[in-house]
Amino acid sequence: MKARLKTVAGIVLTALMLFPVYWMVNVSFTKDTDMRHDPPYLFPVHGTLEGYRAVLDQQLPYLGTSLLIGLGTVLLTVALSAPAGYSLAKLRPRGGGVLSFVLLMAQMIPGIIMAMGFYAIYLKLGVLNSAPGLVLADSTIAVPFGVLIFTAFMSGLPAELINAARIDGAGTFRTFWSVVLPVSRNAIVTVSLFAFLWAWSDFVFASTLDGGGPRQPITLGIYHYIGNNNQQWNAIMATAVIASIPATLLLILAQRYVAAGVTAGAVKD
Amino acid sequence: MTRAEAAPAAPARAPRRRSGQWAAWLFLAPVVIYLVAFYAYPLYRNLDLSLRHYTVRSFVQGDAPFSGLDNYRTVLDNATFWPALLHTVVFTGVSLVFQFSIGMVLAIFFAQNFKLSATLRALFLVPWLLPLIVSASTWSWMLNSDSGVVNFALKAAGIDPVNWLTSPTWALTSVIIANIWIGIPFNLVVLYSGLQAIPSEIYEAAALDGAGGWQRFWRVTFPLLRPVSAITLLLGLVYTLKVFDLIWIMTKGGPTDSSTTFATWSYKLGFGTLVPNFGPGAAVGNLLIVLALIFGLLYIRVQRRQVS
Repeated sequence: MKARLKTVAGIVLTALMLFPVYWMVNVSFTKDTDMRHDPPYLFPVHGTLEGYRAVLDQQLPYLGTSLLIGLGTVLLTVALSAPAGYSLAKLRPRGGGVLSFVLLMAQMIPGIIMAMGFYAIYLKLGVLNSAPGLVLADSTIAVPFGVLIFTAFMSGLPAELINAARIDGAGTFRTFWSVVLPVSRNAIVTVSLFAFLWAWSDFVFASTLDGGGPRQPITLGIYHYIGNNNQQWNAIMATAVIASIPATLLLILAQRYVAAGVTAGAVKD
Repeated sequence: MTRAEAAPAAPARAPRRRSGQWAAWLFLAPVVIYLVAFYAYPLYRNLDLSLRHYTVRSFVQGDAPFSGLDNYRTVLDNATFWPALLHTVVFTGVSLVFQFSIGMVLAIFFAQNFKLSATLRALFLVPWLLPLIVSASTWSWMLNSDSGVVNFALKAAGIDPVNWLTSPTWALTSVIIANIWIGIPFNLVVLYSGLQAIPSEIYEAAALDGAGGWQRFWRVTFPLLRPVSAITLLLGLVYTLKVFDLIWIMTKGGPTDSSTTFATWSYKLGFGTLVPNFGPGAAVGNLLIVLALIFGLLYIRVQRRQVS
């Protein structure tokens, strides 16, 4: 096969794969009255922004909540998993192997089961329908993955770096904070990206633990939309387009971190 | 503890010092406490739920009577059990076969490094990165019986329209199609990185020996890729068993349980009805955990063997 032919084939395959994404964008610009037109309009020729206007009117609070929950999850995940990764990678704790094993297994547990347990606990504590409760639950998706990434990354740091810090009189904590963390920027970025994305995309915990709260995330915003006004598909798809922005930004700005995260052997639900 | 650490670095083979252990576990303590409080405890609560007879009132007050394995018996005798098990197996198996083989073909295709290949490969990640609710609602609309673009395409090809999401015959197929679409990127990326790890000299040697493209795939690529393939499939298996959002948003497991899997059944029992059945719901969930952990252990074993 000639090289140019391969490029053409690649473009065709990619276009096929991304057709549903294109269709989402197309429908988001389609007028209500054209929605059931036969044949469907393949391009938004008589485009409208009414779907996006509906998003601005109704979905902004949901988006704000999701942003907040995403950032909270990132902070909690990094704060918990970076020190643990350092310990497992460099401090040789007795029983560290068992802990790594437990973390691997933790990733295998279906979210729906965690949700049921959390529901029973939150109900008793009276923290159902609260944003911090959701942050805590969402972080369970990312923490085991975070420890794994930090351990793998920090294992690769040269021993001389840490020894040099010790000779300069830095204690374990100082070494971690002022030497190891700054050079672990790549790992921090990867873990933060995935923690944010998973919290932003989470539907299982949101629908079980935050289904009736005053502050709900965007995934529930879309879900209510589907349930309530079956007809307004341009508004549903416009919300979906906006909910896809973080993922798109990630892919454009941080592609190599994304690829690193996927192949780290740990993946989303 | 910090003072002891400040001492000159000990020789590499020195025994682990007690102070070092203290520091190591101090750094681990937050995660350990976290795991106990937010993994172990919810799982324990879930186990407890499955062993008691709960009503809405006793769920709030927490004084439900112990009922042993009653909930598990209820679940096993339920008319939904065998269909749900079958759907779980079919959903997982069919999804994996297609995700993996399409991912493999694409990985080999993209490994040829033509112009734009890196960019296009990155674009392939999009379906995997989108929130599941976004993909699920997009597919719902595309598969709509009257106005969906899929039925329009079928009509253009002279095929009768299909009631994708509303007929019991097609509902499971519909969610499988959407799930394959979501899973292809993961298989592509992992298998691609596996291909990159195969040294090009091996291909050159095979080509010198006169091996054609097809032979090179079966005799060189495929065997060398077997470890990565095993990992990809096992991880895919564990993650596909867990799929809940997609099915719930597209079909709610219906119509009449025709696309119900263990994951959606568990949710439906616990949260999807007016009178929740937390006990049986938790029981179904625990059966799912057992399935996931069996394959999870297998995955870890395969991975360990490769490292050593």
